[in-house]
Amino acid sequence: MCDHCGCSAPPPDAAHEHDHSHAHAHGHAHGHTHHHDHDEERRTVALHQSLMAKNNLLAERNRGFFLGRGLLALNLMSSPGSGKTALLERTLCDLRDEFKMATLVGDLATDNDAVRLRKAGSPSVQISTGTVCHLDAHMIQHALEDLGAAQVDLLFIENVGNLVCPAGFDLGEDLRVVVMAVTEGEDKPLKYPSIFHGADVVLINKVDLAEAVEWTSDKAREHVRQAAPHATQLEVSARTGAGLEAWYSLLRERLLAKRAPRTAGHAHSH
Amino acid sequence: MHEVGLAQQTLEIALDAARREGAQTVRKLCLRIGEWSGVELEALRFALELVTEGTPAEGAELIMERVPPACRCAACDCLFNVAEYDYHCPKCGAESQQLCQGREMDLVSLEVA
Repeated sequence: MCDHCGCSAPPPDAAHEHDHSHAHAHGHAHGHTHHHDHDEERRTVALHQSLMAKNNLLAERNRGFFLGRGLLALNLMSSPGSGKTALLERTLCDLRDEFKMATLVGDLATDNDAVRLRKAGSPSVQISTGTVCHLDAHMIQHALEDLGAAQVDLLFIENVGNLVCPAGFDLGEDLRVVVMAVTEGEDKPLKYPSIFHGADVVLINKVDLAEAVEWTSDKAREHVRQAAPHATQLEVSARTGAGLEAWYSLLRERLLAKRAPRTAGHAHSH
Repeated sequence: MHEVGLAQQTLEIALDAARREGAQTVRKLCLRIGEWSGVELEALRFALELVTEGTPAEGAELIMERVPPACRCAACDCLFNVAEYDYHCPKCGAESQQLCQGREMDLVSLEVA
């Protein structure tokens, strides 16, 4: 039972009107509508409502929760196999003494990733989406309940491996990070412009394999720049650790920046 | 894909609005779907036919408008379509970072009776 959004509430009472819709044959006597104009009056209702309104509302609640806790939330998106989990394992180990961290991990099935991330020493909640191809704000809300009161500085949300659908769902995150591996080819950003354009950070992973797959760094950088002119680009290897210091600096800076105005606000109220 | 979920959202919003209007049936749904929303129009149409079955919105006409990605230039306020990953304003050359359309999935209006 969900107190926030009534997610287990029964669907709209549509079935009750069943008999009416069976009498659909009336529709064939199309001419009739002219006679019955007075009780068959059509009118237009303007709505301009987003189909994502419910998700966006819940995302704003998550955002408020993150702000209240003073934590930095990152939404990591990529195709399957780009190395999101390995990147997080490494990050959790390397920053263990500096930050309190937690992860929420989305997959269609298994809790393999959460088990891996817990081994890296941080609380992790697996979100099993079943057949759903993305995480939404509602799933995050419930996963946060499962995470409990653990104090967290950095919250990593590992989205379902998919470069299409996750782009459309705001989770309330502070930073959208798109990860791509050198094994995916330099033109990935051009093939999936929507998700890349929404990225704040593009992490190019597995650079230790660059030579083997004849990766052309300049070409890739230019493609990322084309698809996401505003995004910060980083080249890393979760395996060797190459380039990770820049990623950690970014995390430190963004967390500080997020917490800074709160501190200033307190000083003012004093 | 998540078209079935979106169709259910659409139905929920439409039936709520119809109820507020005191209407018995929903006859037409007008949607605006951005090209970068990740939504396939035909899949959404199919899903809507499926989820409206047996509801007051069964058989409602579906009007779907596809919206191309576009930016509004921060420098000169000109609205331009994003073609071939070019986010530069064709008038003044400034680079835009924010899309102002192309990701939407909106239920614009409905016709009820």
